[in-house]
Amino acid sequence: MQLTINGSLHELAIEPDTPLLWALRDTLGMTGTKYGCGLAQCGACTVLVDGQPTRSCVTPIDSVVGAEITTIEAISEDAEGRKVVEAWVDHQVPQCGYCQSGQVMAATALLKQTPQPTDEDISAAMVNLCRCGTYNAIAAAVRQAAQA
Amino acid sequence: MKDMNTTHDARPSDRPLNISRRGFLGTALGALVLTVGLPAGRAKAQAAAAPGTRISAFLEIRPDSTVLFRSPFIEGGQGIFTALAQIVGEELDVDPSQFFVEGAPPGADYLLIGGMRFTGGSMSVHSSYDVMRLLGATARQMLLTAAAARLGVAVADLGTEPGRVVHAASGQSVAYGEIAGAAAELPVPEDVTLRAKDSFRWIGKPVARLDVRDKSTGRAHYAIDLSVEGMLQAAIQHSPRRGEEPGEFANEAEVRAMPGVDSIHRLPGAVAVLADSWWRARQAVEALKVSWTPPAADTPRAMPADFSTEAHLARLKAEAGAGVEAEAAGDVAAGLQGAARVVEATYNAPHLAHAQLEPPSTLARWNDDGTLDLWLPNQAPELFQAAAAQVAGIAPEKVIIHSPILGGFFGRHFLYDTANPFPQAILLSKAAGRPVKVIWSREEEFLRDALRPMAVARFRGGLDADGLPVALDAVAVGEGATGRWYGRQPDKADSSAVEGIAGKLYAIANRRVGQIHVDDPTVIGFWRSVGHSMNDFFYETFFDEMADAGGQDPYELRLRLLADSPRHHTLLEAVGELSGGWRRGPYDAEDGTSRARGVAMASPFGSEVATIAEVSLREGEAVVHDVWVAIDPGSIVNPAIIEAQVNSAVALGLSAALLEEVVYVDGMPQARNYDGYPILPPDRMPRVHVRIVESGAPMGGIGEPGLPGVPPAVANAVSVLAGERVRSLPLSRLKLGGSAG
Ligand code: FES
Ligand code: FES
Repeated sequence: MQLTINGSLHELAIEPDTPLLWALRDTLGMTGTKYGCGLAQCGACTVLVDGQPTRSCVTPIDSVVGAEITTIEAISEDAEGRKVVEAWVDHQVPQCGYCQSGQVMAATALLKQTPQPTDEDISAAMVNLCRCGTYNAIAAAVRQAAQA
Repeated sequence: MKDMNTTHDARPSDRPLNISRRGFLGTALGALVLTVGLPAGRAKAQAAAAPGTRISAFLEIRPDSTVLFRSPFIEGGQGIFTALAQIVGEELDVDPSQFFVEGAPPGADYLLIGGMRFTGGSMSVHSSYDVMRLLGATARQMLLTAAAARLGVAVADLGTEPGRVVHAASGQSVAYGEIAGAAAELPVPEDVTLRAKDSFRWIGKPVARLDVRDKSTGRAHYAIDLSVEGMLQAAIQHSPRRGEEPGEFANEAEVRAMPGVDSIHRLPGAVAVLADSWWRARQAVEALKVSWTPPAADTPRAMPADFSTEAHLARLKAEAGAGVEAEAAGDVAAGLQGAARVVEATYNAPHLAHAQLEPPSTLARWNDDGTLDLWLPNQAPELFQAAAAQVAGIAPEKVIIHSPILGGFFGRHFLYDTANPFPQAILLSKAAGRPVKVIWSREEEFLRDALRPMAVARFRGGLDADGLPVALDAVAVGEGATGRWYGRQPDKADSSAVEGIAGKLYAIANRRVGQIHVDDPTVIGFWRSVGHSMNDFFYETFFDEMADAGGQDPYELRLRLLADSPRHHTLLEAVGELSGGWRRGPYDAEDGTSRARGVAMASPFGSEVATIAEVSLREGEAVVHDVWVAIDPGSIVNPAIIEAQVNSAVALGLSAALLEEVVYVDGMPQARNYDGYPILPPDRMPRVHVRIVESGAPMGGIGEPGLPGVPPAVANAVSVLAGERVRSLPLSRLKLGGSAG
C-alpha cells in the first residue's frame, strides 16, 4: 500500500486497517504525532488529510490512499504552519508539550480553511484536549497567527 | 510530600567540587565539569561504590561556549529546565538561551532535597536555588582565573560579559569555550561572591522557555517516542482486578499466528505480547482470551471483587470519633460548648486519575556487560534505580536510568508498585533477549493508575453571639499517599491527609484537626497539590457555611480573621482588587446571566494563594467565566512561567471540581478512557487573571499552589446561585437548581 506523506510516497507492508497513527510512529518512525487515547477523544494524533484535521488514531491507512497527508514533521514547509509555530513560540504555548503537535496541526487546518477566524470559529475548531490547561494561550496564539 | 520537606539543602559547607578528569569526559573533552551539593565525604563514598562508572556532573561548557546543564529535576511542563538555566546562567554569566538542559542520571550529586531527589512537592526551584547560584558563580570564578593566566593579567582586572571573560583595560576578551578546559584543571575556589539581586538580568524576568519551539514542531522526545536497535514492542493486558493472575489462554495458537507477533508472556498480574510494532502487539494482546485466577490468600493489597467507590464512601462517612490529633489550639470542646450556635457538615471528594496525556511506557535494554538501560518517565531517578535493580536482580549501579521529559505528570510518575510499567519491561527484555518497549494503552493506564485517595471531612464550627467563629473541630477520614508509600505512624496524622485543613491561618481561638485512617483499597498516589487538592475545598467551603450561618460576608470574614496575618491579609486584598472589587452576588451580567463569586485561600507548598471565581449556571451546570488568582511565592525566578503554571493549575483544579471522579464497581474502574473520564475541554476554560505578590518571605513552590483554591472558590459561588451548599465533588454529579441564567 502506498501513502503520500509530506509530499513523499511511502510503501507500507502492513495490515490495511492499521491506524495511520501507528503507521507513522512505528512503521515510518515519525514520532512527532502523538498517541493519547486511541479513541478519537483527545486529538494528540491530529494530522492533515487533504487539509482536513484528522484524528489519525482512528483512521485506517486504506482510507487515506491517494490523499495528501501532512504531519507535524513538515509543519515548517507550510505557510500557515509557519505562522502557527511562530505564534506558538511568541505566546509560549506549550507546557509539557505532549498535546501540542495535535494543537498546531488543528490550528493550521483552521487557518487554511478560515484565514480570518472569529472567536466562535476558533472554539469550534480548537477542540483538542490539553491536560496542562494551555487553552487560553492556544486561543491567543491562533488569533495572532490569523493576523500574521 | 511535605514530610520529606525537612532540609533545605544549601548548606554553606556544600562547596562545589571539581570532579572533572581529562579522559572521563569523552566527547566533552576540554569541558569544565562541576558538581555541587555534597560534602566531600559522601561524594567519595559514592565514588567508591561505583568507581569510574559515571561522572556525575551538572555543567559542561562546550568549546562553542554553549552550556550543557544536567538538571537534577525532570521537565514535565513546569518550566524547571528554563528556571535552572536562568539561575545558573545569572551567576555564570551565560545567557539562558545558550543552555541545553537534560535530566541528570542517578547519582549522589543530585540529591538536593535533604539527601533525596524527586521532582515534586513544587520544590525544584526553591530547594536548589542557593546551590545552583553558587555552582554558577564558582564556575565563573574558575573561568576568570583561567583567563587571567591566558591573558597574563590579574584576575582582579577581569570581568565577564555573557559567555566571555573581558579585560577592560586592554579590550582583550576570551570566550568561555576557549578556556573551559584550562578552568577545569583549577582548584575549586573557596570564596565566591554571588551577584547582587538588583543587578539580575535573568532571574525574576519572563525569560523565554528553552523547549517551546521543539514542542511546537513535534521535535521534543518523550519516553514513548524512543527506540533502540533491535527493539520489540510490548502491549499489556492487566488482570481486571489487582492481585488476579493469568491462568489458561483459550486461543494462544491463534494469537501467536497474528501478524508481527514475536511471543506471548505471563507477567505478575498481566499478560504481554511482543511484536514488531506496538499496534500489532496491542491487537494480539487484546485478542488473547485469558482466564484470571483469583488472588492468592496472602496477596498484599489485592483488590476485593466486591469493592465499589460508593460503598467505600459510605464506610468513610460512617467512621466516628475524633481521630489522631494533627493540630490543636485552645479548647475546642469548651469552645463548641460555649458557642451561641454550632454548624455541622460532612464533605467528600472522589478518587481522581492523573490522566496526563502521555501514556506510561518504559524502554529496557540489557547490555552485554550486565548493565541495564532504562528509559522511563519518572520523578525520582534514584528511587526508580533501586526498585529496578531489585526487579532485575542486579546491583543498583548497573541500572542506567534515563529520564526523558514528561508528557504531563501531576504526581503520576513516582514509584507506585503496580502502577509503573518498568518491571514489565525489565522482565520482558530479559525473556526476549532483546530490547523491549512497553507502552500502556490509555485503557490499561486507567486500569492501573495510582489514584488520588477518596476522602471525607467532618466539621463542627461554633459561632459566638455576633456570628463570628470561635471554635472549629475538623476530622479528615481516609488515607494519605505519603503514609502509604513512605511509612505511616499509627499515632501520628499523615500530613498528606490533613494538609489544607491543618495549617490554616484564620484566627479561630479554639480548634482541633484530627485524622481517622481508613485503608484505601485502591493504589493511591500523589496528585497535583496532594491533600490540598481536596482539603482546601472542604475547609474553605465550610468556612462559607459558617459565614452564612453567622450572617457574615465570606470575604469580609476572611479579612477579619486574617487581621493579624499581614501577608495573607495583603494577598486577599490583592485578589479582591484584581477582580475589580469583591462582590458576592448574585448579580446580572451584561449577557443576561445571573452570576456570583466565591473566594478561597490556601497555603500550599510554601506559597500563599487567594482565589476568586465568577460563575453562572446553565441548565443545571456550572459555567466558570473568570478566575482571579493572587499568589505570593515569596520571591520569584520567572513570572511568565508562574503565570503559565497558575493557568495550568486552575485548569486542573476546575477539571476536578466540575467533572472528574474515578468510579469502581465490582473491583473495577468503570472508565477506561477519556470518554468515561472527561477532563476539562477547551470550551470550559475560564479566563485566568494572575497577580504575583513578592512578599520577600522564603521562596515557595509554583507548580501546585494555584490549584487548591479553585474548587472551593467555584463551589462557594455555585452555592450562592443554587441556594444550596455544595459538599461533594464533582459538580457534574449534582443537579444544580437555583437562579439559572
Ligand atoms: S490519540 Fe487520537 S484522538 Fe487521542
Ligand atoms: S501541554 Fe501538556 S497536554 Fe497540552
